[in-house]
Amino acid sequence: MIASVFYFLSFVSIFFAVMVVVSKNPVHSVLYLILTFFSIAGHYLLLNAQFLALVHIVVYAGAIMVLFLFVIMLLNLNAATEPVKSSLMKFAGAIAGGSLMLVLIAVLSKINSIQPAHEVNTQIGLIKNLGKILFTEYNLPFEVASILFLVAMIGTVILAKKNPHTS
Amino acid sequence: MGNVSLIVLMACGIGFCGLAQLVSKLIAPSSKNLQKLQAYECGVPTIGASWIQFNVGYYLFALIFLVFDVELMFLFPWAVVNKEMGITAFIEIVVFIFILFLGLLYAWKKGALKWM
Amino acid sequence: MILSIYNFTLLTDKIHSFLSAHMSEEFVLTTELVLIGLLIVTFVAVLAMVLIYTERKVAAYMQLREGPNRVGIYGTGQVVADVLKLVLKEGITPNGADKLMFNLAPYIVLSTCIMALAPIAFGNGLVLWDLNIGVLYITSITSLGVIGILIAGWSSNNKYSMLGAMRSGAQIVSYELSAGLCIISIVVLAGSMQMSEIVNSQADGWWIFKGHLPVIVAFIIFIIAATAELNRAPFDLAEAESELTAGFHTEYSGMKFAMFFLAEYINMFVLCAMAATLFLGGWMPFHIGHWTTFNNVMDYIPSPLWFLGKTFFIIFIIMWFRWTFPRLRVDQLLDLEWKYLLPISMINLLMIALMNILGWHF
Repeated sequence: MIASVFYFLSFVSIFFAVMVVVSKNPVHSVLYLILTFFSIAGHYLLLNAQFLALVHIVVYAGAIMVLFLFVIMLLNLNAATEPVKSSLMKFAGAIAGGSLMLVLIAVLSKINSIQPAHEVNTQIGLIKNLGKILFTEYNLPFEVASILFLVAMIGTVILAKKNPHTS
Repeated sequence: MGNVSLIVLMACGIGFCGLAQLVSKLIAPSSKNLQKLQAYECGVPTIGASWIQFNVGYYLFALIFLVFDVELMFLFPWAVVNKEMGITAFIEIVVFIFILFLGLLYAWKKGALKWM
Repeated sequence: MILSIYNFTLLTDKIHSFLSAHMSEEFVLTTELVLIGLLIVTFVAVLAMVLIYTERKVAAYMQLREGPNRVGIYGTGQVVADVLKLVLKEGITPNGADKLMFNLAPYIVLSTCIMALAPIAFGNGLVLWDLNIGVLYITSITSLGVIGILIAGWSSNNKYSMLGAMRSGAQIVSYELSAGLCIISIVVLAGSMQMSEIVNSQADGWWIFKGHLPVIVAFIIFIIAATAELNRAPFDLAEAESELTAGFHTEYSGMKFAMFFLAEYINMFVLCAMAATLFLGGWMPFHIGHWTTFNNVMDYIPSPLWFLGKTFFIIFIIMWFRWTFPRLRVDQLLDLEWKYLLPISMINLLMIALMNILGWHF
């Protein structure tokens, strides 16, 4: 049962991931990307990491995709405005992708056998444990994250408000 | 029930929507003509495309929203263990929210929160 | 004390054992799933009809009118007649529209808001999926609805739809923040995100009474944010009929339009049910201190009635807003969220957390 759900979700996520790349229209790509994220959240649920699954949906499928849609509408990207790729670019892309695949295959072939991790605490993904760990072991990274947010926000404001008089 | 109920609910939503449209398609009249299929505006043909470039303001708000949304996700694990972790975690959260508040103040002062 | 006669786990257990006695295991599961599906679809359809009828009657009485009163008793058949009319309408897909997205958007909007019903505790033991982060689940699933709205507006290839979608997108995401902060403040008090535990934490008093001033502030902010997230008046400038005809669903007709309409009302129910669960105790009966007789009488009212009563009370407040406040401008709307509600709810959250640590609530 679980295995078949896993294979189904994997198929869905890979299929839609391919669709993201293939589709000509950016808005279609965004929709396929949302579906991909959704199926990845399903994977997290299978791993009993419910909090992570929902964070994935909120942050990626919710917030970031809304941002993407706004960007597409801001730049007015359509199927018609999709730049025509020259054969040179396609060739370069094929080489880059191919060498990444080579590296991955080389790395994966080093692994003799994939062993299931033993004695994993299946409750580790639950939120109470996460909260406790976050506030005992990972105090500093937590605070640093807030500074990261601050930087992100300042960067946003500076980027978007660059020249208030020209617009 | 557990995770299975999610699939049921999703199927309900999609099935309900599909069935309702199917029934409507079967019994509703259908007549197509060029006038009818035009974009709904004020009676005269539309001028220019609707897919136009939009204001940067929307993008700005979406970005600031994104930062705060991630912040909310950070607050949830704390909220659950607030009572157990006590005052030390509370002070940490005060610092956390204070730093974000600075960001909000900065955006405010720079006029990023002003429309247009 | 919680009366056992209204414990719905007994009922569901009975159904389960009855089914298992007669069928094989997989078949029992399938039957139960089909039963749940039918229940949900019926519930959603009936709920939307009741809400539309309530909306029209409330609006009518606030304007000293009669409202629908011709079809059926007191006009109750009006909604059924309206639905029949919508079924008989032709669904038009405009020529310029992006066909795939245009037809997909109602599915996204409707299925996300139906999925949000899963963790809502309708009564004692009457909950579909009581997952341990139910509150977060509802916020995350409802936040997906905005994608359906944006896609609907974009794919229509109509200026009104586009403007309406952009406006409602910006509005919904903004108000999600302060709604989220108010939700977190109750999670702080209850110490859990599970809907059933949040309800149980209010057995000795609802949070709005136990948490006094800060929780009342959180409640008010949540109601305002919920109204804005639902794109309802006074925050309805996404579909301001005098300037944008109908906002993002201008091009939709017939059943596709009906789906958006349905989703809007289910969303309203979900958010109000959330408010009722977090602040007003969900299905917990109303108790007063040591008035044992009074409390016992209250216990005899079934828990789903309590839940629905509270939810409809909040729905009534939101409908009341519509006829009380004039529509805001875009800049006022964004100012209200970013310069008032967000800072206030942040500080309020910290106050509630401090209150919880020091034990200053009842």
